[in-house]
Amino acid sequence: MKNNKSNLSRRDFFKNGAIIVGGIAVASAITTFDSVLFALEPPKGKGKWYGIGIDINKCIGCGKCANACKLENNVPKEPFYFRSWVEQYTIKNDGTIKVESPNGGIDGFQQSIPDEEIFKSFFVPKMCNHCAKSPCTQVCPVGATFETPEGIVLVDPNYCIGCRYCVQACPYGCRYVHPDTGTVDKCTLCIHRLKKGLQPACFEICPTEARIFGDLNDLESKINYFLKNHTCMVIKPHLNTGSKLFYNALSSEVR
Amino acid sequence: MEPHLQNLYEVLSKVDGYVYPNEIELNWSILIVLYPYITGLVAGAFILASLERIFKLHILKPTYGLALLTAFSFMLVATMPLISHLGKPLRAYEIMITPHSSSAMAIFGFVYLWYLMVVLLLEIWFDYRCDMIIWANETKGFKRFLYRALSLWTTDISPKAVALDNKIGYIITVIGVPSAFLLHGYVGFIFGSIKANPWWSTVLMPVIFLFSAMVSGIALVMFIYIILNKIRKISVDMACLDTIAKYLFYILIIDFTLEGLDQIHRIYEAEESFEVLHMLVFGRLFFTLFIMQGLFGTVIPLITLAILQFYKPKVQIRKIIYFIIATLILIGIFFMRWNVVIGGQLFSKSFYGYTSFKIGLIGAEGYLMAAVWIIVPFLILTFLLWLLPPWKKKEDEIQVI
Repeated sequence: MKNNKSNLSRRDFFKNGAIIVGGIAVASAITTFDSVLFALEPPKGKGKWYGIGIDINKCIGCGKCANACKLENNVPKEPFYFRSWVEQYTIKNDGTIKVESPNGGIDGFQQSIPDEEIFKSFFVPKMCNHCAKSPCTQVCPVGATFETPEGIVLVDPNYCIGCRYCVQACPYGCRYVHPDTGTVDKCTLCIHRLKKGLQPACFEICPTEARIFGDLNDLESKINYFLKNHTCMVIKPHLNTGSKLFYNALSSEVR
Repeated sequence: MEPHLQNLYEVLSKVDGYVYPNEIELNWSILIVLYPYITGLVAGAFILASLERIFKLHILKPTYGLALLTAFSFMLVATMPLISHLGKPLRAYEIMITPHSSSAMAIFGFVYLWYLMVVLLLEIWFDYRCDMIIWANETKGFKRFLYRALSLWTTDISPKAVALDNKIGYIITVIGVPSAFLLHGYVGFIFGSIKANPWWSTVLMPVIFLFSAMVSGIALVMFIYIILNKIRKISVDMACLDTIAKYLFYILIIDFTLEGLDQIHRIYEAEESFEVLHMLVFGRLFFTLFIMQGLFGTVIPLITLAILQFYKPKVQIRKIIYFIIATLILIGIFFMRWNVVIGGQLFSKSFYGYTSFKIGLIGAEGYLMAAVWIIVPFLILTFLLWLLPPWKKKEDEIQVI
């Protein structure tokens, strides 16, 4: 009788064990499957959901945004580290394209091509697209980079291991490794200013109001007004990154 | 000025066209070239060992133990270039403790551990358990203690126990082959899944990595086998070497075909990135891609191996040819990894220009550091060959029931 009892409990032990192990295995398998489906549907915040608009027609290439960003966020001064920069596109009469961004545009621009050869020229301010399906957060091996509920992509410098996989995964070249910390750094949309009710530094300083940002969930917001009244486009739409940086008057040459 | 920044200013002066300002710095350097290279050598060497065990190719017996120990030596070092390249190496363990499930790199940690601990370590242990017990009885002092400890103080060398060892070893090898495929396929996936980079982003990447891994691993065992026998002053088993060369030839054909297919597909589709990649291949990558990887690493070995299938010169000459081919392939596959890793970062994701690659001799990411991570596995292998010499195995003498 005693033996039977112990046999039973052993059987129970195996049974319960199998259920637990099997359950964990199934749960893990489902989670993995979920992870594979990363860019299927953009996570959309219920509260504030920030989007950015840049009007290329209004940008005069003063580079103040790039400079303000460096000053506000302690970005290294060297011309290899930028959270925000400005590119000058010049399309020549023969169709060739020249792109320049000396020191990220901080010192302004000088047109290197004679006027008579220029078909058109314009400035494109660049910054993190704060993608809703950001490939950079997808690849981070430790989850040090993440999207906030407001749709801002951030890096936790206390957690980042500095593997640089996210730098490789960002199609827009918006990330760099900070030479002092060895961890990845990028645009935070000046979240420290947002929390105080201020605008991000690059938006605040723009003399022509070429930069607009706001809550995409609020139909009355500035950004939605901008999107409604302009023909806007994101950069590299085919990559399906869920970019939330919308440009007005974006030429097809811009990449 | 800091040498790192000085280096970047120099690179800045060599930028061709336009690159995003953050792209001037090459993020993955020579250490990340070594990482897929070393992992590939592991997977390839293991697959060669498994040919003997699973597919019963007993002609490969002389290289079985050597291939296993080679795989193990390189596996121990495989993650070191990765870890030493991290901005925060002391946080490396976070990958294992808090893995991010959607990251290919995070899952690699587990694939690696599975392969190292479950497959390689167990297979070697079961393969050597009986011999270690015998050797413990034959030796004295510390070495005796070492063998005792390594065999976990087991003493049973009865035919029944040996038969069980063999059986378990066989099962582990059966699990090991798909694991080796997984290991190196996964390394390919780390690159192939980056949609931002058109040079990497191809569905063929894991398969190409896998077959090039097999090519390099087999070439490595061939290389070590010839050198080892030279050192031990014994003649090589030519039948074994010929068979290895035959398999090397077959797999090299598959590898060449896959890489060719990838390039033809790229050229025929000629997507948005085609122009920038075309100029990359004929510009900054010309030497490493066409000369080192293509000509020396693939075409010459392929033609030579093809000829050797029909025409067999004298043993001594054949041995030298095999040695040269193995060396060429090892160099060629290194440059294949180079072309993938470095090549993928030389052009801008804006497709408007190119940056340069410059590394120094010293420093955490210099040539010397890279050389260390190539030499260390050979030192480990030397130690393992001293401790567990495959040619002194006596297990076969015990009659297996």
